[in-house]
Parts: sequence; C-alpha cells; structure tokens
Amino acid sequence: MKRGLSLHNEQTLADKVRHINWGFVMLITLVSCIGFAALYSAAGGSFSPWASKQIMRFCVGLVGMFIIALIDIKWWFRLVWPAYFGCILLLVIVEAMGRVGMGAQRWIDLGFIQLQPSEIMKITVVMALARYFHAATIKDMRRIFFLIVPALIILAPVGLVLLQPDLGTSLMIVMAGGAMLFIAGASIWLFILGFGAVAAIIPTYYNFFMHPYQKKRVMTFLDPESDPLGSGYHITQSKIAIGSGGIEGKGFLEGSQSRLNFLPEKQTDFIFTLWVEEHGLFGGALLLVLLALIFYYGIWIATRCRHQFGRLLALGLTVNFSIYTFINIAMVMGLIPVVGAPLPLISYGGTSMLAALASFGLILSCSIHYDSKIAR
Amino acid sequence: MRGEQEQSKLFTRRAVIMGVMQTAVLGVLGGRLAWLQVVQGAKYKTLSDKNRINMKMLAPSRGTIVDRYGVPLAVNNQNFRVLVVPEQVKDLKQALLLLQKYIDITDRDIEKVIKESKRSSKFVPLEVKDELTWDEVAKVEVNLPDLPGLSTDSGERRTYPLAEATAHVIGFVGAVNKAEIGEDPLLSLPGFKIGKTGIEKRYDDVLRGEKGTSQVEVNVVGREVRQLDTSKSKPGRRVILSLDGELQRFAQNRLAAERSASAVVMDVHTGAVYALASYPSFDPNAFFSGIPFDIWEELNTDPAHPMINKAIAGQYPPASTFKMVVALAGLRAGLITPGRTTYCNGKYKYGNGLFHCWRPSGHGAVNVEKSLAVSCDVFYYQLATELGIERIAEEARLFGMGEALGFELNEERPGLMPDKKWKLGRTGKNWQPGETIISSIGQGSVLATPLQLAVMVARMVNGGYAVKPWMTADDLAPNAAFKKEWPKMDVTEEHLNIVKKGMVRVVNGSDGTARGSQIKEEGFAFGGKTGTGQVQRITMAQRRAGVKNEDLSWQQRHHALFVGFAPVEAPRYAVSVVVEHGVGGSKAAAPIASDLLLEVQRRKPESSGVTEVMA
Repeated sequence: MKRGLSLHNEQTLADKVRHINWGFVMLITLVSCIGFAALYSAAGGSFSPWASKQIMRFCVGLVGMFIIALIDIKWWFRLVWPAYFGCILLLVIVEAMGRVGMGAQRWIDLGFIQLQPSEIMKITVVMALARYFHAATIKDMRRIFFLIVPALIILAPVGLVLLQPDLGTSLMIVMAGGAMLFIAGASIWLFILGFGAVAAIIPTYYNFFMHPYQKKRVMTFLDPESDPLGSGYHITQSKIAIGSGGIEGKGFLEGSQSRLNFLPEKQTDFIFTLWVEEHGLFGGALLLVLLALIFYYGIWIATRCRHQFGRLLALGLTVNFSIYTFINIAMVMGLIPVVGAPLPLISYGGTSMLAALASFGLILSCSIHYDSKIAR
Repeated sequence: MRGEQEQSKLFTRRAVIMGVMQTAVLGVLGGRLAWLQVVQGAKYKTLSDKNRINMKMLAPSRGTIVDRYGVPLAVNNQNFRVLVVPEQVKDLKQALLLLQKYIDITDRDIEKVIKESKRSSKFVPLEVKDELTWDEVAKVEVNLPDLPGLSTDSGERRTYPLAEATAHVIGFVGAVNKAEIGEDPLLSLPGFKIGKTGIEKRYDDVLRGEKGTSQVEVNVVGREVRQLDTSKSKPGRRVILSLDGELQRFAQNRLAAERSASAVVMDVHTGAVYALASYPSFDPNAFFSGIPFDIWEELNTDPAHPMINKAIAGQYPPASTFKMVVALAGLRAGLITPGRTTYCNGKYKYGNGLFHCWRPSGHGAVNVEKSLAVSCDVFYYQLATELGIERIAEEARLFGMGEALGFELNEERPGLMPDKKWKLGRTGKNWQPGETIISSIGQGSVLATPLQLAVMVARMVNGGYAVKPWMTADDLAPNAAFKKEWPKMDVTEEHLNIVKKGMVRVVNGSDGTARGSQIKEEGFAFGGKTGTGQVQRITMAQRRAGVKNEDLSWQQRHHALFVGFAPVEAPRYAVSVVVEHGVGGSKAAAPIASDLLLEVQRRKPESSGVTEVMA
C-alpha cells in the first residue's frame, strides 16, 4: 500500500502561523523566563554576564524555532540523513582536534557560539530513528534483525561521545534511543532483556573503562560523606541549599548558599538548586508543573499526528527533553550521580538553549503539518 | 489501512505509557523536593547558617628590582612579628608583661594591644610588635611554652639596599589609599602595599603578582574550622633596570658635595640610562610602616626638595649649554660657516636694549668653534637676531627639548621651548626680538630638565640619531625598546662635527671654559659645554658695583650646569649635571661631570647588557 507524495491540501503561510500552538510557545517562554530570573540572581542581581546573553540567545532561538516550525515536515523528513551524518562528522572533527593537541574538547568555536556537536546529536539521533521506523510495520518491529540498523544509529554517536569522554551524554543518548524503540512499538521483552544486559555490563565497565574521575563520581554518589570536601562537596552543598530554602524559599536574590559561592556551577548545572533555594517548594512545584504541561502538550501533538514520522519525532523529542530535565533535577537533589548535564531552557549555555528550541520547532512543525503525506 | 490504524493505536498506547512514566518521575522529583525542603528543611537550614566558607586571600611576593648586573635595588626581607590571640590567654596584660622579659616592648605598646583587643573578636590574632630581630624571634620561640596565646609569624618588608642612592628612581611602596582601590581584590587586603613613586609605581602591575586563595571553613562567628583548599599566590615579576647600581651610588655620593644637585649618565647610542641621581635624597626604607609626621614635614619643606627627582622633574634655564642648538640652527640656515667671525666687544645693542657678554671686555673676533669654547654671548646675540626664534625653537625640539621624552618615570617634566605662538597664547602679547636674544643663551623662558640636556648631547654626538632614554628592557617598556634602531634625524654630519669640535675645545682647549676639569688619562678625554643659569636678573646697579654672585644668598645664586660626552674619539656616554645655585658651570658642575665620565668609562656598563642578565 504505497502512497505517492500528494500536494493536495497545501496550507498557506498564514494558515500555518494560525496553526502554531501558541499555548505551547507560551509554556516554553515561561520556563525560559524562570531561567532568566535565576541567572539574574546567580550574577548577584545583575544581567551581566549571564542573563543578558541568555535572553539574547533565547530571542535568536525563538526566531529559529518558528522558522523550523513553518517548514514542511516533509523537508525535515528528507533532511534526516544529511543531518545525522553531518553531526557524526562534527563529532569526529571534535575528537580529532582533541587528539591533535588542543586537549579534551567538546565544542567547536564558531565565534558567536561554542557549538557542542553532542547536543545536536541528541536531536538527530531521534530524527534518524523516526525516519527509519516511519516505514516499519508492526510485524517489522517484532523482527530482531530489523532492529540492527536502529542499534547502529544509536551506538555510533554513543561511541564517539564516550571517546570525548562524556559518559553522561552518551548514557542520555542511549536512553533516548531506547525510548524511541519503545514508542515505535518494539517488544516489551526486548527491554526486559536489555535492562538485564546493562546490569551485567555495568560492573565490567566500571572496572575497566571508567576514568578515575568518573569512578569517583559514582563512589561519592553512593556515599557522599566519603569525600565531603572533594567531589561529594557539590552534592552536599546543593542539598543544603535546596533544603534550606524551605517551603517559601529565602527570597529572590537572597540565596545565601549560592551567593557565597558554595556552588561553582550555579549558573549552569546547579541552576535548579539556586531557583528552589530562593523560591522554595512553591517555586520548585511551579517549575515542575510547567515542565509537566510541556510534556503533555508534546504527547498530545504526537498522538494527533497522522503520519508515523511525525508521531515518532514529536514524542521522541518530547521524551528527549524530559530525560534531560529529569537527569539534571535528580542530579542536583542527590538522586543520581553528578553527570554534568544542563537543565534545558534554564541553564546558562548557548548550544543547550538553541538545541532545546530547535526541538520544539520540530515538534511544532509536526503539529502544523500533522496531515502531511509522507511516502513510506 | 488496517495496518495503519493498528499502528496508530499501538503508538497511542505507548505514548500514554510514556506520559504516565513521565508523570511518575515528576512525582518522584516533586516528592524528593518536598522531602528536602519540608521534612529535612530545618536540618539543612541550620547547616546552611553554620557552615560557611571563607575565602582568605594570600598576598603574592612583590617582584624584585635589580640593576643591569642583577644587583638588587629593591628586595623583600622577612618581617618577623609576635602575635597574641586574646582568647587563649587568661589575662592579656599579664601575658604581655611576661613577654616584656624576653623582648623590648614598651608599656605604651601593651596599652595599644589591650585597647585593640576590646574592638575585635577574641580569636583574632593581634600584632604586638613587628620587625623583630633574629635574636628576639629565637627568644620568643624558645619560651613559647611559657607564653600561652603568643606566636610569631613572618611577613614581607620591602627593602632598598642602596637606600638614598636609588630612592628617586626606584621610589617606594605604601599603603593603598581609598582612591587607589580598583578592580584587583588584593588592594583591599589589610597591610597590602603598592608602588607610590618611581619604578615601584610605574611597574606596579607587573611587580605586584597575583593573589592566591585559601578556602577556610568557618562557623557563624567566623572562626576558622579547617582548611579546604589553597591555591598559591603568583609572585610578581622581576624588573631589571639599565642602571649601574655602583655608578648610581658613585654619582649620588659625588653630588653630596653640593647642597642641591642632580646628574644623568646615559648611553648615546642605545639610550640606556646608567645613572640618574638627585641630591639631597631620602631613605625609602623608613617609609614602609608609615613615617613620622615631623620628618615628612621636613622632607617637604626643605628648599633643596629631597622628595623631588630633580634629574627629571627639575626644570632649569639651560643657559650656555643651549648654544650648540643655536649654532646648529645657524649652520643649517647657512648664516654661519666655520670661518665666519663676529666681533665681540662685550656688548650688543639691539633697538633700545643693551645686552652684555659674560666677559665685560669682550672676546674679539669669534668664529663658531671659539664661540663655544669661550662661551661668547655676543656671537649668539648676533646669530639669533638673524635666525629668529622659530628656527631656534625648531632646532631645539629636534634635539628633545620642550616636550616630555616619554621616559618611564611618571614624574618626568616637559621643560619649555618658547616660540611666538606660545607667547601669544600665554600672555596675549607679541614676541619681542629681545626675547630671541636672551633665549639664544638659554635664558628667558627656556627651560630644560637634566635628562633632556643629556639627551640633547647624546643626539649631537651619536651621529644624529633621535635616541630616547629608557631604563627597562623592552618587554616592560613598550615605548622605549632595548637596542632599538633610533631614527636618523635631519641634520648633517658636517654640522655636528663643527659643534663637537667646539665642545672638545671647551674642555681641552687652552681657552676653554672647562679646561680645569680635563681628564688627563689617555683615551678618557671628554668634551662638553658649561652653563651658568641666572636665577634672577643682574641689575645695572649690581653690574656697576661689581657684586660677586657668590656673595648673594644661596637662593639668589646662579645655577651651575654642564653637559658633556666621552670619550672624545668615539662618544659613548652623555652626561648632564645641574648644581642648583652652584654659581658657575665651570667651577661647580664641570668637575662633577668630569668625575662621572671618568668613572663610567672605567666601568663600561654597556659591556654587560641588560639582556644577558635576563637570560
């Protein structure tokens, strides 16, 4: 049952703009504004150096998001493979530059932004899997050989990111890839087997492949008190900051723990800590609710879609966003080891902000072009 | 189509599962947040209040300053102090009285410490006495078991081994005042010192170094609980000067024969300054921990200005040392030739004015070479009238007068080379021809610093290169590069040689004004020019009564000047000497210049380059 590329039912630009999910855009803006407020506070009540730059990036990213949203999903469908392999190439280049003597480096300096290819990789992996599974039938999904290609799509970037070495990001790509397999309809048994295999691999990996600093992170996670002044210091101080915020928080610009520089990464990885120290459980709950609404909105857009590529892409990117959010928040509250992951939309950082907005642009494109006809 | 519908159903099912999972994780995160902030909130609140970390700054060691041979001119000596922690002694007064048995402390010191202890927290160490000798430190250390709460520590104290001799060049350090506190957090460190004058000020940024930090965990009241992390401070860089410390000391001692004088010795080719002395001076070592008010008052009110570096900030009428400039302007204009003579009968009439030569009986027929040797004034009165002030001023500027040379010490003054525009702007009146006449012998409004005079001579004898003076190697002094190729000036070798011959005759000719200061040793002969600068006009009455300048009060006497170079055959060094109120250039300044030139020729400082020391 092949369907040709049909051009009927073409929307005008004005139609498309009308179909942008403005509620979704509003939620994204609100969450970003929380980020600006937190960065303003992190700088001791000043727009420089962080908040002003972040606002600028957000504005640029927002324009980019709309452009991405208005481009027909079919075009994105065609661009999947070039984007994916382009990203792989960038990762190889970064790796090579590191080898050639610029030291461990995860980014490429483009002048206006320090581009981290691994951040973009997170999106393109989801895109590539959505493209691959677009043509898959339910039967295909049950065949183990059919899943060899997706496994390669996931593992190639994971391998490259591991070389950097960036354990946190590579794990997140694995998780996103796993989620894609799940929503595309792979057998539940596959996941049960997968978890079993991981449980077996972890001790081996720990013993033979982990860098000492990574081992240390795991150890201090398991027992933060073992090294209260070293790696465990951040977790302990972050917990003190969050806990001391209480129900109502210490008040805007009043976060003494952050203010006194207990948290060296307060503008990036520990921005959530700063927010809840100053705004307490109320502020934290507000942020979590806003994030939940973004997730639900994404899921709704995905289920409304009439083509498999759009469904998979919209849901995949939504899940992707939620994974990074969970990892960061769980990390600063001491639920998982410190992996060095930013909180999307909120943490200070150009690539992370632009990558998040690009994801939302694609989700919006899925929504606007929910009825596009894409050949199998 | 059935497959598509089934697929859509499967997807929706899985999407719902995803949504449920996300909700669950959010619930866990929200629960964790509530656990930390509500259930354990109180515990973390106290932790946050009690547990704070203090960053303690560690002061860097200040960079040293050395001369071209690496001989220290400014170093850091250890400053031993004895401290007391009030909370560790039962009775503070008793403890200090006990200390009196071992070291010399006055009752007033004890009172001061007790007064201070009432103002600060009990655990803060207080300084009882600083600058302890080794003996005293040893005595306190040995008896520490009997002296609870007392301890010794060592800080740094800036010391200047050559003391008075380098005080003006090196300058001194002092406490940071409010206006100076800027970006660098170091400046707010108690007891931190920064450069106040001289090289210490000019290169303060490189000498200062970078702070280190020591993270200390402190409790609510600020008591140190434990040390967490330290990063060492980065000491300041060493600054190497072109100075020859020995020559500098020699010059300073030589000037001490006078009441107030300054001198410069420099290299005519490279521009390196070998000595820059100004007498009287002061002891910068006394400035470290503040200086008594009466001594400060005295230093600033002394008419000989010990606090001022007169070699660069003293501006004097160059007097007859200016005649070379006028001669060169005349040669350039073609108004004089080596053979052309002017007749001097001791007087020169212009309009209603009558201008005297220093020798009332006159010099007879004078050519340019002789005019320098005997320092005939009438020759220059005549020449200047023909030249006009503009051409003279232009020539003077070419040789470095009338504007600052961009020397490394901020205290440098620009001197003054007057011209028509300057006069009009300054007074609103037109330039008078009489002013040109007195300017031609370096009087009137013309002013120059000793440094400018040395540079003037250097440019005349180095083949006509626009050399500039410097004291540090080029990576520190961007505008005064070491071994720089100095630009060739627009002046002919022929003219310079005529002037040089005149200057050689000043010292070595039988009619020269400085013949009494000749260096007799083979190969060390020098040339130069005397100058006697009027401090006030000689009145007709004084002239008639034949009042001798020596008989006037010190402040009314003439300044004595000498500029010179050596050796005569291949000039290498330029020197300038100004003796304030020294009466006559040939009597007071030339002998000093002679001694300096002999000493520098013996020492040959250029043969040990600054760069070799740096390597």
